Amino acid sequence: MDKILLGHGSGGKLSHELISNLFMHHFSNNILLVQGDAALLPGINEQLAFTTDSFVVDPVFFPGGDIGKLAVAGTVNDLAVSGAEPLYLSASFIIEEGLPVSDLERIVVSMTEEARKAGIQIVTGDTKVVNRGKCDKVFINTSGIGRVKPQHAGIVKGNGIYPGDKVIINGTLGDHGIAVLAARESLHFETTVHSDCASLNQLISGLLGSFSEIRFMRDATRGGLATVLCETTMHNDFGIRLDEAALPVKEAVVGACEIFGYDPLYVANEGKVVIIASAAEAPQIIKKMKENPLGTDSAIIGEVVSDHPGKVVLETSIGGSRIVDMLAGEQLPRIC
Amino acid sequence: MKYQSEYRKKEDIQQLAAQIRKISKKEIRLMEVCGGHTMAIQKFGIPSLLPPNIKLLSGPGCPVCVTSRKFIDQIMAYSRMKEAIITTFGDLIRVPGSSGTLDEEKAAGADIRMVYSILEAIDIAVQNPGKQVIFAGIGFETTAPGTAAGILQAAQKKIKNFTVLSSHKIMPPAMAALIDDGVPIDGYIAPGHVSTITGSHIYEPLATDYKKAVVVSGFEPLDLLQSVYMLVNQIESGKPAVEIQYKRVVTEAGNQKAQEIMNEVFTLRADWWRGLGVLEKSGLGINKKFSDFDTNFRFPMDIPETSDPKGCRCGEILRGTLTPTDCSLFAKACTPVNPVGSCMVSSEGACQAYYRYRNN
Repeated sequence: MDKILLGHGSGGKLSHELISNLFMHHFSNNILLVQGDAALLPGINEQLAFTTDSFVVDPVFFPGGDIGKLAVAGTVNDLAVSGAEPLYLSASFIIEEGLPVSDLERIVVSMTEEARKAGIQIVTGDTKVVNRGKCDKVFINTSGIGRVKPQHAGIVKGNGIYPGDKVIINGTLGDHGIAVLAARESLHFETTVHSDCASLNQLISGLLGSFSEIRFMRDATRGGLATVLCETTMHNDFGIRLDEAALPVKEAVVGACEIFGYDPLYVANEGKVVIIASAAEAPQIIKKMKENPLGTDSAIIGEVVSDHPGKVVLETSIGGSRIVDMLAGEQLPRIC
Repeated sequence: MKYQSEYRKKEDIQQLAAQIRKISKKEIRLMEVCGGHTMAIQKFGIPSLLPPNIKLLSGPGCPVCVTSRKFIDQIMAYSRMKEAIITTFGDLIRVPGSSGTLDEEKAAGADIRMVYSILEAIDIAVQNPGKQVIFAGIGFETTAPGTAAGILQAAQKKIKNFTVLSSHKIMPPAMAALIDDGVPIDGYIAPGHVSTITGSHIYEPLATDYKKAVVVSGFEPLDLLQSVYMLVNQIESGKPAVEIQYKRVVTEAGNQKAQEIMNEVFTLRADWWRGLGVLEKSGLGINKKFSDFDTNFRFPMDIPETSDPKGCRCGEILRGTLTPTDCSLFAKACTPVNPVGSCMVSSEGACQAYYRYRNN
């Protein structure tokens, strides 16, 4: 058996074989091994965070990651930036008939590895196989549950953001979007850029354990940094001033963006957290972030201001300023 | 790799801006005719660095903006043809025709694919021998050689199921037509990419016959400011000429090889431009020798004439007689999410540039 057949999603013997040889074998944990229709989780006496995300990236393998790593890290990050400690994940696969089993295994191994790194368990899942052409190789949905300490419950809404607070990012912008773009066979474009795809929960929990004035966090995925900041200021009584000269962007990403006409501010990331924190704590936060390999290029990139409520304004490196708005459409197709 | 930051140094830019202020006395109007310049000028906030007597205008430099709605209607009609695959650059996907856009047509079931190069479209043709692959070719001298090279490759490989619907145009007739029409322009910021192919010599008549200042410019803030400086210098001294600021790329003669393949594959024809009407010898039709690769020849189709939507001022904006903010629809009924006119749809359009990089 080297290719996925429709029968692998039928619920019959082929399905069982695939589940036990592949999913159970790699994801193996006590909750999953019960193999009930639902995973039974131990009771938690705290507020819960619950999130879901689907992954359809094309191509499924790209420099720095693959759809499996992305599916785990993406959901882990959604929990982590909400102030939660990620605990459990579900994983559902919609597979196109004909996918090499070795590709699926590579994806599952990658998910297992990322789950181990993030310290979470994949406790339930599902597999469906569709006719060739009805999906593109494999689509993965993951949902995640995490627990939130009472003192972090305000982060998800961004309570208590004040003018003077600093905007922080943990590294370079646009790596994921450009790595995926370059991985498309049809483009004949090569770059040294790797996707930044990574689980940020340990970086974030280190910060939440040490600092009390982190007001807000969000991962800057689709739509890039610009979109996150626009969403943050929208309908609010504060604005954000971004300093173009302070934005960390790799030279190779700048170059690729010039060629394709993209703005790194809008290019997707999969391992970047935007943090708004008090000016007093910001320098210490940066120092702490830089101790983590996922935060070596951390920087303060802007400030919360009262001047232009609801708007993000970029101070350009040549001394001008312009509004940063949400994009009308996508810059790049299917990057997550 | 430092190819960009040295062109964006704040101190150098401020210094150059000060020099422009020093030598500039007359009220002048400078027009760029390149979507890349439109974007760069707004993105870097160049107008705010210039004295009030220098006005920068955006001309007919965005291919999607000057192209008729009929072209979109035609692509849509072909997309409904049996076994057709339409391939096009992303720019065209959201441009409205008379009855909708290509992405709406795609959602309704048409096989319309976004490609980054004509070679990708040829690959699709090779992989789908039972289908007719049509490439919607759009752009000025910058993209036309690519289309020409694609047609030559398809001919060499004897590909039977690949054709090009050409809407390619060339720049000089439009630049002359604006002056003939009496649009007040003192000098042209000539397009950097177009000139890389054509060379700067194509603008000579503008300087000798029309007495207009012409400087071929690059796309970085220092490039643009230096070009403005050179233009002001020419105008103030009363000595119009064709000069190249973008010397690291552009020569007087241009890219001979690219010109040769364009001449081999295309033939000049009259073409319609939004804001300018029909201009003689301004469009690039496909030469008879390559008619097997000409969609119009292989699949003749009658498409009714179209008119632009009510209230849309794209025509006047493309002539430089209005700026986007003069249009009553701008940023109200017409935004990048719900564009009325083509200048708001294209990422190189003047209206989108003004909208995206507005500062209040």
